[in-house]
Amino acid sequence: MEHYAIETEGLTKTFVGFAAVKNVALKVRSGALHALIGPNGAGKTTVFNLLTKFHLPSAGRILIDGRDVTALKPSAISRRGVARSFQISSVFPHLSVHENVRVALQRKLGTGYEFWRSNKTLRVLDERAMELLADVGLTAYAGHAAADLAYGRKRALELATTLALDPSVLLLDEPMAGLGVEDIERITALIRSAAVGRTVLMVEHNLRVVADLCDRITVLQRGQILTEGTYREVSANPAVIEAYMGNGHV
Amino acid sequence: MVSNNLTIVPAATVTDYQVPLLAGMALAAALVAPFVVYPIFLMNVLCFALFACAFNLLMGFAGILSFGHAAFFGGAAYVSAHCAKELGLPAELSLVAGMASGAILGAVFGWVAIRRQGIYFGMITMGLAQIVYFIALQAQFTGGEDGIQGVPRRSMLPFINLENDRTMYFFVLVVFLLGFVAILRTVNSPFGHLLKAIRENEPRAASLGYDVDRFKFLAFVLSATLSGLAGALKAIAFQLATLTDVEFFMSGEVVLMTLIGGVGTIIGPIVGAGILIAMQTYLAEFGTWVKAVQGAIFIICVLAFRKGLIGEFAALMERRAKRAGR
Ligand SMILES: Nc1ncnc2c1ncn2[C@@H]1O[C@H](COP(=O)(O)OP(=O)(O)O)[C@@H](O)[C@H]1O
Ligand SMILES: [Mg+2]
Repeated sequence: MEHYAIETEGLTKTFVGFAAVKNVALKVRSGALHALIGPNGAGKTTVFNLLTKFHLPSAGRILIDGRDVTALKPSAISRRGVARSFQISSVFPHLSVHENVRVALQRKLGTGYEFWRSNKTLRVLDERAMELLADVGLTAYAGHAAADLAYGRKRALELATTLALDPSVLLLDEPMAGLGVEDIERITALIRSAAVGRTVLMVEHNLRVVADLCDRITVLQRGQILTEGTYREVSANPAVIEAYMGNGHV
Repeated sequence: MVSNNLTIVPAATVTDYQVPLLAGMALAAALVAPFVVYPIFLMNVLCFALFACAFNLLMGFAGILSFGHAAFFGGAAYVSAHCAKELGLPAELSLVAGMASGAILGAVFGWVAIRRQGIYFGMITMGLAQIVYFIALQAQFTGGEDGIQGVPRRSMLPFINLENDRTMYFFVLVVFLLGFVAILRTVNSPFGHLLKAIRENEPRAASLGYDVDRFKFLAFVLSATLSGLAGALKAIAFQLATLTDVEFFMSGEVVLMTLIGGVGTIIGPIVGAGILIAMQTYLAEFGTWVKAVQGAIFIICVLAFRKGLIGEFAALMERRAKRAGR
C-alpha cells in the first residue's frame, strides 16, 4: 500500500457562497516532490491555507502521515512537522535576518515560555542559524533588519526560516515568484537538496522549474482537481492546455 | 488569516556601552533625589513609572492594547490596603497579596479577551475594567466613596521605619527596581524574543509552531501582575486606596504616559510617568485645566512624536550614527 504524507478527502472551502476549493482529494506520496499548479484564482493558496489550518475547511478531512489533523490549530500542524512558506513573503521585519531564523530554531529548545531566563541561552542556536543562512546565500546580511532586504532575499530568508524547522513536509507557495534568473537557479538547487528525505508540495507558476523539480503534478482549476500525473502526462492533456490558454498562461 | 493586531513601530532601544554608565547615573540621582525633592512626589512618580513599564511590556513588546489596566492597579491597591489595614499584614506581604490579585484578575481578563484582536481586545478589557470599578463602588470592603484610608506603613523588618517618608521612598525605590529588572529580563528572555516575533508577524509565528494565544496570555498576565504591584505599592506609600485608582481615567492615563515617553522603549514609560506626575503636581493650582493640557500633549504626541520622547531621541541618534558611519 502507498504511504501518503498528505491526504485530503472531500476538502471544500466556501467563502460566502462561493466555493474556492471543491471536493479536493489530494494525495501526496511520502518523499515526493509534488507540484500543485493551475491558473490564478484556482484555489492553490487556499488549499495550502486549509492544509495548515489558516482557514477552517467547510467540509472534508485532512490526513498527515495517515493521521487525521482536521481539528488541529496552525501551530499544532506545524509541530506535526508540516512547515510552510507564504505566497507573499512573510518575515519578521524588525528582527535581524539572523534572529528571523533563530525564532524558528528556538522551538526545539522548548524554553519559549521561560521569561525568567536570559536570552543568552539562545546563543547555542547561532551556529545552526548561520549555516542555514549560508545555504540560501544570506551570510553577508545576517545583521541586517529583514525589512531592509530586497524582495528576492526576503524569499530566501523565508525559505531558510522554514527549513530551520527541519520539517518532514514542506509546503512552498510560489517560491520563485519575483525572483531573478540566478536566484531561481540557486533556489531550485536548494529545494532539490532540501527535498531529500522530505515530502515537498509546491505551488509554482514557472513550469520550467516544475518540470525540472517535480515528479508528480496536480492541476487545480476553479477549486477542483482537473488532472494529475507526471509533467509529460499533464502537459499533453488538452484540458490543461485549454485551462492555461484560457487564462493567458503558457 | 490576516493579523489585525496593532502594528506598533518599535523604537530603537538603548543597547550601547553607554548603558551601564547611564544606569549608574540614574541610580545615583535616585539616591540623592529625596534630599532635594519631596519624597512624596518621587514616590508618586516611581509607582506610576512601574505601572507604565508594566503596561509597556504589553503594548510595546507584545503589541497588545489594553484599556482596562486600572482594574489591576486599583484592584491591587484595594487588596493590599485591606491586607495592611484590616488583616494587619506587613507592607511586604500586602504587596505580594496585591500582586497576586493583579495576576488573578489578569488571568480572568486574558482568558476572556485573548482571542480577540486589536481594538476589540481593547474594548473587552475596558468593559471588564468597568465591571471591576462597579464592584469596587458597591462592595463593602472598599469603603465606597471614601476608599480605604489610613493604611498603616509597617515593614516586616523591625529596623525599617516606613513611617518616615524618606525611608518609605527608598523602600518604593527598591520595589520599583525589582519590578523594572523583572521587566528587563522578560523582554530579554527567550519568551520576550518570541513575543517580539509574534508582534511583528503573528501568522508567521503560528506557522512556525508557536501557540500565539498562549504567549499573548502569558504576556497579559505578567503585565497585570506588575501593574498590581504598582497599585499595591501606591496604596502602601500613600496609605490610601480609592475609586480614582480603578476608574477609567486611570486606564487612559497609563496609555498616555507610555505614549509620551515612547512605546516599546525601555525607559520611555518612566519619563512619561515623570512628566505627567510633575504636571499634575506642579500645575495642580490650575485645577481641571491640567486635564486639558494633558489632552493637548496627547494630540501633539500622536501628530508629531509618534515614537514618544525617548523613541524620537533614539531614532535621532540612530540617524546620526548612520550618517557618521558613511
Ligand atoms: N479569505 C478569502 N475570502 C474570500 N475569498 C477568498 C479568500 N481567499 C481566497 N479567496 C478567493 O478564492 C479563490 C482562490 O484563491 P487562491 O487560493 O488565492 O488562488 P490561487 O492561489 O490558486 O491563485 C479566489 O477567487 C480568491 O479570490
Ligand atoms: Mg496563490
